[in-house]
Amino acid sequence: MSTTLFLVQVLNGLQLGVLLFLIAAGLTLVFGVMGFINLAHGVQYMVGAYFAVAFYALTQNFLLTVILASASALLLGLLFEVLIFRHLYDRDHLDHVLATFGIILFLNQATTVLWGPEPLVIPEPDFLSGSIPLVEGLLYPVYRLAIIAVGLAVAGLLWFMVTRTKLGMLVRAGATNLEMVSALGVNIRRLFMLVFGFGAMLAGFAGVLSAPIFSVEPGMGDDILIVAFVVIIVGGIGSIRGAFIAALVIGLVDTLGRSMMTDILKLFMDASAANQIGPALASMLIYVLMAAILFFKPTGLFAPGKTA
Amino acid sequence: MKRYFLAAATAVGVMSGSVALAKPVKIGMLITLSGPPAVLGKQLRDGFQLAMEKLGGKLGDKTTELIIEDDELKPDVAISKAKSLVGRDKVDFVVGTVFSNMLAAVFKPIIKSNTFLISPNAGPSVFAGKNCNPLLFVTSFQNDQNFEVLGKHAEQQGFKSVFLLAPNYQAGKDAVNGFKRQFSGKIVDTVFTKLGQKDYSAEIAKLAAAKPDALFTFMPGGMGVRFVKQFRAAGLADKMTFLSAFTVDEATLPAQKDAALGFFGGASWAPNMKTPGNAEFVAAFEGKYGYVPSVYAMQGYDTAMLLDSVIRKVGDNLSDKKAVRNALRAADFKSLRGNFKFNTNQFPVQDYYLMKVAKRADGKFQTEIDRKIFSAAGDFYAKDCKMSW
Amino acid sequence: MNVAPDKKPGTVISNLSDSYRLSILIFLILALVPVFARYGAEGFILDLVNRAIILALAAIALDLILGFGGMVSFGHAAFIGIGAYITAIMVTEGFGEALIIFPIVVVVSTLFALITGIICLRTSGVYFIMITLAFGQMLFFAASSLSTYGGDDGLTIWGNVTILGSDIFADDVGIFYISLGFLIAGLFLVQTLVGSRFGRVLRAAKENETRISALGYNVLRVRLTAYVIAGVIAGIAGFLHTSQAEFVSPATMRWQHSGELIIMVALGGMGTRNGTLIGAFAYVLLIQALSDFTQDWKLIFGPLMVLAVLSKNGGIGRFFAYVKGGRNRA
Repeated sequence: MSTTLFLVQVLNGLQLGVLLFLIAAGLTLVFGVMGFINLAHGVQYMVGAYFAVAFYALTQNFLLTVILASASALLLGLLFEVLIFRHLYDRDHLDHVLATFGIILFLNQATTVLWGPEPLVIPEPDFLSGSIPLVEGLLYPVYRLAIIAVGLAVAGLLWFMVTRTKLGMLVRAGATNLEMVSALGVNIRRLFMLVFGFGAMLAGFAGVLSAPIFSVEPGMGDDILIVAFVVIIVGGIGSIRGAFIAALVIGLVDTLGRSMMTDILKLFMDASAANQIGPALASMLIYVLMAAILFFKPTGLFAPGKTA
Repeated sequence: MKRYFLAAATAVGVMSGSVALAKPVKIGMLITLSGPPAVLGKQLRDGFQLAMEKLGGKLGDKTTELIIEDDELKPDVAISKAKSLVGRDKVDFVVGTVFSNMLAAVFKPIIKSNTFLISPNAGPSVFAGKNCNPLLFVTSFQNDQNFEVLGKHAEQQGFKSVFLLAPNYQAGKDAVNGFKRQFSGKIVDTVFTKLGQKDYSAEIAKLAAAKPDALFTFMPGGMGVRFVKQFRAAGLADKMTFLSAFTVDEATLPAQKDAALGFFGGASWAPNMKTPGNAEFVAAFEGKYGYVPSVYAMQGYDTAMLLDSVIRKVGDNLSDKKAVRNALRAADFKSLRGNFKFNTNQFPVQDYYLMKVAKRADGKFQTEIDRKIFSAAGDFYAKDCKMSW
Repeated sequence: MNVAPDKKPGTVISNLSDSYRLSILIFLILALVPVFARYGAEGFILDLVNRAIILALAAIALDLILGFGGMVSFGHAAFIGIGAYITAIMVTEGFGEALIIFPIVVVVSTLFALITGIICLRTSGVYFIMITLAFGQMLFFAASSLSTYGGDDGLTIWGNVTILGSDIFADDVGIFYISLGFLIAGLFLVQTLVGSRFGRVLRAAKENETRISALGYNVLRVRLTAYVIAGVIAGIAGFLHTSQAEFVSPATMRWQHSGELIIMVALGGMGTRNGTLIGAFAYVLLIQALSDFTQDWKLIFGPLMVLAVLSKNGGIGRFFAYVKGGRNRA
């Protein structure tokens, strides 16, 4: 593989990584601060994409769509928080899994009923629709570069909020010692609601961003949810920094694994065997990575103090 | 489960007739209606029901009860639904499935119950060769054949090098093998991706670096939507010929739109085909359901017409398996595809065409026939089938 | 799960005789299913209940580590897959004799459980959930790439599992009673274990690991043993699954399937004698009933799950015991 091709693959890995980060950020905060396992976080991503389809049909304006769809994802997240999740924070993890799994079933089917099972798409905005030549013969869509830029910007913003603002301080403190924060007279319920809504909005935002390049379909959040969980486990629950680094690592490992695993195997074995084993191995790679990391660091790379 | 009594109007007539006649024909339809792949099941169902409607809600002039079950694309669900159709509802025919892995799952329970299984879409190689069965009929194709169309086309066009890309599962491997069976040129690379993969940027980068004359790919459903858009955005559409099967069809074109324009596929039928009754079918279908029918809708329609011909011939003797089998084998119906008959393994012998994606005057997209590749073609595995006729 | 105050502290079954009688009642009803099925849609009913029995067997094994041991395994279905695939491959290769297959299933499940258990049990809580999921996923992808044995499409079994030349496994009623026998034996084994000293340590470690370690017990070893036993029982469930369905596919090992097993355990109320049993049957039968009613059954089932969690005090098993016993609420 040539160096330029390798660099393109790194770019692809980065792009997957920042999308994963947008999803994982909310997941790790909700988990870290409230100890709440939210399996329904993946459907927030899906719902964001479906909102994008709906609002784009209405407005025909991409920027407006991003704003409206993200806001709707925020509202839906808050609605779930108020109606269901807030009653479950002090239950055990199994109850979280059951309730949020029920929501997954419901929303996946509801989108099928409302929008049909067909894959849907929205076009990318005109001002980002071009492509630039990176390697000879390959155009790299500007929109994908924009995703990377936006993802990094959001990561920077989050970092600033978590480390430099009072709210961020509370969130960080909450991830290590919730009782203390509450003893300081902070309205925990409001803090939870804020964190939850914000996380839901980020996942929805990721869904909106991905709508123009991926297809929008029922159940699209299920697989990415599992990968997002891998990210927050590897990064250490409750750590934004961990989630960011882990998201990029997972994005890169997955992308490079897919593009290189079979070729590497071909050095040792014949082509048909490599074609047989390579893709399976590439799919397993992130799980092997997670198992290995947990073997040596049983609470992930950057867990903030507390074990979950 | 939903039961559709399409013959309510005739119920009175049936009740006044003899008791023996009152027993309706029961058809169990077992297809995928959940998740993104449901779009194929939906087309099949709509095509089948359109045919029944055209026949006055009956098959073979007999009151017909159609029981539609969703296999949810889960093997255990499929098995349980299959057993419910043959064990509880005691249907005369099972029409299913959409996907090969579901067919593999339900095959044994249905065959064991001595019920005819008519596959309107899935045609895996495993049941075409030495495991062919007198109770299994496939009205669509043997899976490899659509892939062979593109291989043959690539061979005839004299492409020097082709890049193969398919998801890492059985049908993906069949696609690669089917293509290679007809193409003797150079395969620059064979890449298998994860099933249901979202982002193909890594594969597309590899593809661009390999600079082949043509790409052959098999990306059904949502995968095709994502891949085609990403392929087009990477600017590769002008640099190589796009050959595919089940990747650009009427099920995915509403989402792919212009991105798929001019891309090639292979199939046995297209909406613009000039066969008797086809134009009427397409018009009636679009009028009723509001979308362009795909090959799946046609297969649903043809399957209903085949059953109509069988029931018409056999009459009340549906329990006479030999008579039913002979009537099925005769394939005495007018297929929308034109030429159609069953091979010795009870898979179709039919023509296959190269398809090209085109935009219609009304702005909708459809596949159109480019040229015929195979005439009256049976499949590669039929020779291993030792069934007597 | 709180263990109710009791005359005999330390026993989990607060009302042994009542719940014991309920178990017997459940098994009696199950044993009569084939008799009554003959008057209805025999094949369908037998299949449905048989599937529920096999899932219940895997679920009570999961309850041993989850309900009693506090280890939430999200990869339990992997063991069903191991048993199912070994059986399918052996039959395909012409070794259909149950007396050969069965020991291999047990040995391989044991080995896989030992190796993954040693790694997984280094972690706890949600990290344990995720690492068990990881191993499940690895096995899922491995099975998907077994193209000799059907790959992603799965594998239809052309032959049958036989025992000493008898075709009893191929008979719908035969496999039904075999499965039921394993379920009874499995439940008995799990209950005996839970009531033993081993079980007390396992349960106590769930409540307070540090104290149990301080008392000189090797918590890791106890947990690993439980994990292996659970794995082997699930492997046996896989063996039965292939014998019954005559088909196996990687979907058996999907993470969603592991999730379903957790739902069955939680639905019935973890760590109770009959809870998981009732949970598994309720789950299978409820879904059947709902999907008979509408194709969009998930629109009903999803909110039902949420409501059950919001309003529950320990699953339907406990609810059942509460209604029945009244005085002995667990």
